[in-house]
Amino acid sequence: MSGLYQIDFGKPERVVGIDLGTTNSLAAFMDLTHPQVIPDAGGERLVPSLVSMAESGEMVVGNAARPLLIEHPERSVYSVKRLMGRGAADVGEEAALFPFRIAPESESVIRIELGERRFTPPEISALVLRQLKSNAEAYFNQPVNKAVITVPAYFNDAQRQATKDAGRIAGLDVLRLVNEPTAAALAYGLDKREEGTVAVYDLGGGTFDISILKLKDGIFEVLATNGDTHLGGDDIDNLLIRIALEDIQSEWGEDVAGSGEAVQRLRQAVIGAKERLSFAPFADIVFEYRGRQYRRRLERELFERLIAGIVDRTLGPCRACLKDAGLTPERIDEVVLVGGSTRIPLVRRAVETLFRARPHTELNPDEVVALGAAIQAGILSGEVEGKLLLDVTPLSLGIETMGGAVEKIILRNSTIPASATQTFTTAVDGQTNVLIHVLQGERELARDCRSLARFDLKGIEPLPAGMPRIEVRFLIDANGILNVTARDARTGKEQTVEVKPTYGLTDAQVEAMIDESIDHAEEDFQARQLMEARVQADHILAAVEKARQHDAYYGLSELEKQQIQDAVNQLMLAYHSDDYLLIRAQIDHLNGVTMKLAETMMNEAVRGALKGTRI
Amino acid sequence: MERLTSCWNCGKNTEQIHFCGSCSSLQPPATNYYDFFGFEHRLNLDPAALEDRFYRLSRRLHPDVYFRRSAREQQFSLDATAILNDGYRTLKNPISRAEYLLKEKGITASENGRQPPPELLEEVFELNEMLEELRQGDDSLRPQLEEAEQRFLKLRDEIDCRLQVEFELYDASGDRSRLLEVRSLLSRRRYIRNLIEEVERELVGA
Ligand SMILES: [Zn+2]
Repeated sequence: MSGLYQIDFGKPERVVGIDLGTTNSLAAFMDLTHPQVIPDAGGERLVPSLVSMAESGEMVVGNAARPLLIEHPERSVYSVKRLMGRGAADVGEEAALFPFRIAPESESVIRIELGERRFTPPEISALVLRQLKSNAEAYFNQPVNKAVITVPAYFNDAQRQATKDAGRIAGLDVLRLVNEPTAAALAYGLDKREEGTVAVYDLGGGTFDISILKLKDGIFEVLATNGDTHLGGDDIDNLLIRIALEDIQSEWGEDVAGSGEAVQRLRQAVIGAKERLSFAPFADIVFEYRGRQYRRRLERELFERLIAGIVDRTLGPCRACLKDAGLTPERIDEVVLVGGSTRIPLVRRAVETLFRARPHTELNPDEVVALGAAIQAGILSGEVEGKLLLDVTPLSLGIETMGGAVEKIILRNSTIPASATQTFTTAVDGQTNVLIHVLQGERELARDCRSLARFDLKGIEPLPAGMPRIEVRFLIDANGILNVTARDARTGKEQTVEVKPTYGLTDAQVEAMIDESIDHAEEDFQARQLMEARVQADHILAAVEKARQHDAYYGLSELEKQQIQDAVNQLMLAYHSDDYLLIRAQIDHLNGVTMKLAETMMNEAVRGALKGTRI
Repeated sequence: MERLTSCWNCGKNTEQIHFCGSCSSLQPPATNYYDFFGFEHRLNLDPAALEDRFYRLSRRLHPDVYFRRSAREQQFSLDATAILNDGYRTLKNPISRAEYLLKEKGITASENGRQPPPELLEEVFELNEMLEELRQGDDSLRPQLEEAEQRFLKLRDEIDCRLQVEFELYDASGDRSRLLEVRSLLSRRRYIRNLIEEVERELVGA
């Protein structure tokens, strides 16, 4: 595989910014001074975060997967972001609303069954990332291997790690995970005012974040963040679907909830109505299924009453965030709205009332996060100067102590990178292992916090109980991900630490997935190259055919004509092979033998043009 | 604190913190927060100067700036920024700052934080009784509890004033006995803070 990825076009390496969203994903890049969205070949800017397995077993991603979601909902995955870094127990009854099946062995990592195959959420996300990567490669006409990816600010360690794994599986070197609200603040360029306090309210498809930042001379210092990684537009859709299903049952006397296809059609119908209600006073939910039609008019007033509970759930985190930042609402200078769900007028009113400020909505709420990610990519590559993000960890980090209590060692809203050092010892004579249970959360008891991992300190020198002194350093890096190192305080020797993540994939599992996907990546790359080479061949063959009608062709010697014919034949033969390098070689050959013909034609054209100008 | 090491990159001796004086490469970070920020080891710190130093060091040390540098400097940058952030958090708050300086001077926190200060003993008894009754559903004690909370808040403010005086006396004299006084004030303050938190929890939860 080497070589293929090392094609050097003499262009600087591109680092793209990616918003890997619940509903849609997109990539952006720094175009000299401004971030720009990278469209796909058809000009589409958003890639639906949707993956389907076609009957052939081929994986279909994005817009192309839309029809499959209706035809084969059980082989389609959407909103996979809600499953990242989670186990089956976390998903609970929500699983019933997804069209796909979750395999029984999903305690620590969810396994989604599609046909005969099983996929973890990072693998599904990797397919979306791969699509964005290939769109970017086509756009720049050069390989793209590095990215900054955004995550909800309130994502825990496992969810962040899962996102990073997805990037690795997609063949991307994830330079940084950036929190979505922080990225949005960066995109708004609010640092133009020298000093100020900004609140970013981000209600997306499946997650909610609130972050409060202090801006000063290009520094974006996050003071506090809060949120809910299980709250978003999806909840509104699910609520409307439940109501409509009941309505349909009473109207038709038939429960269609069991049909995946019906539920997906209904989902599209309610999403359409929800979106129209942001601009119109009423909208109709129109649902057709097996020759029957259900139509229901939804007034905005009723819609707002229905979703009031969901909108209210965002306000608690906002107040907690203000409190943690040590600020009252009056102290917030600007409010920024991010995420498609902030188009809903009720959401805007709620934010305006709470912060007593008219929110910024100038930038497209679907694109602003990716634009910010592109700016952060520019900061890392050195293209953007003078700006610096100082983010925080959203959750406190603790270790389990005797009796199931939690001792907090790094408090929530600590600026990252952040660290804490703790000394551990043994409880019995000759003990050589110490197990440390690390958790995230604000509660007092281990069972109420989120288990993150167990760290096994191995190879401790056998000594009487209490004698060893193992210094363990917990470091949360700039991605918000925990790194643990340990050393023997007496000898200064590095100590081995074995990580057993509670949720998520082990390194070995990720490596295996990367290997598997590199094989596929190779195939993908070959397929793309082949397609492009054939398109190029079509062009030149058509051009030669046309040239043969030209006067200049008749001026060639028989030998020259024969050479052209041979080159055309050889290209036609190569055309149907799988070897794009051979096709390219034959294109070059044909180009070579038609050089003289092309020159003659060109000269005549010039002469013709000159003739035309003569009076 | 004196610091004389040789630079990992050029081998020259360097007295400077953070960067080599000769080749300006990033050095392993200082671990003492005061040294790291370049402040005298004092109990009083100007918050504006601290913030200014924090931002300036962030710009120079943050991992974002070291992305295209050697793995070694990237590691130093990560370590340094973690210390910078941990140090900023510790030094920004006067209480954690004082605790840090006491520890640095070898004065360990006393266990007294768990014992009520003698002059408060009676009041704490009374409070415990009120809390107990409130937990059993007697809401009529609420105004009295709120009153008690106000008293404790006032006590805490008084301690803060006394701490401020001790901070200045210590900074002017470097007299170790002042630090012992600071320690006893801190342990009383901790006890009172716990009482306030407990009352607040009950008032909100009830
Ligand atoms: Zn040097």
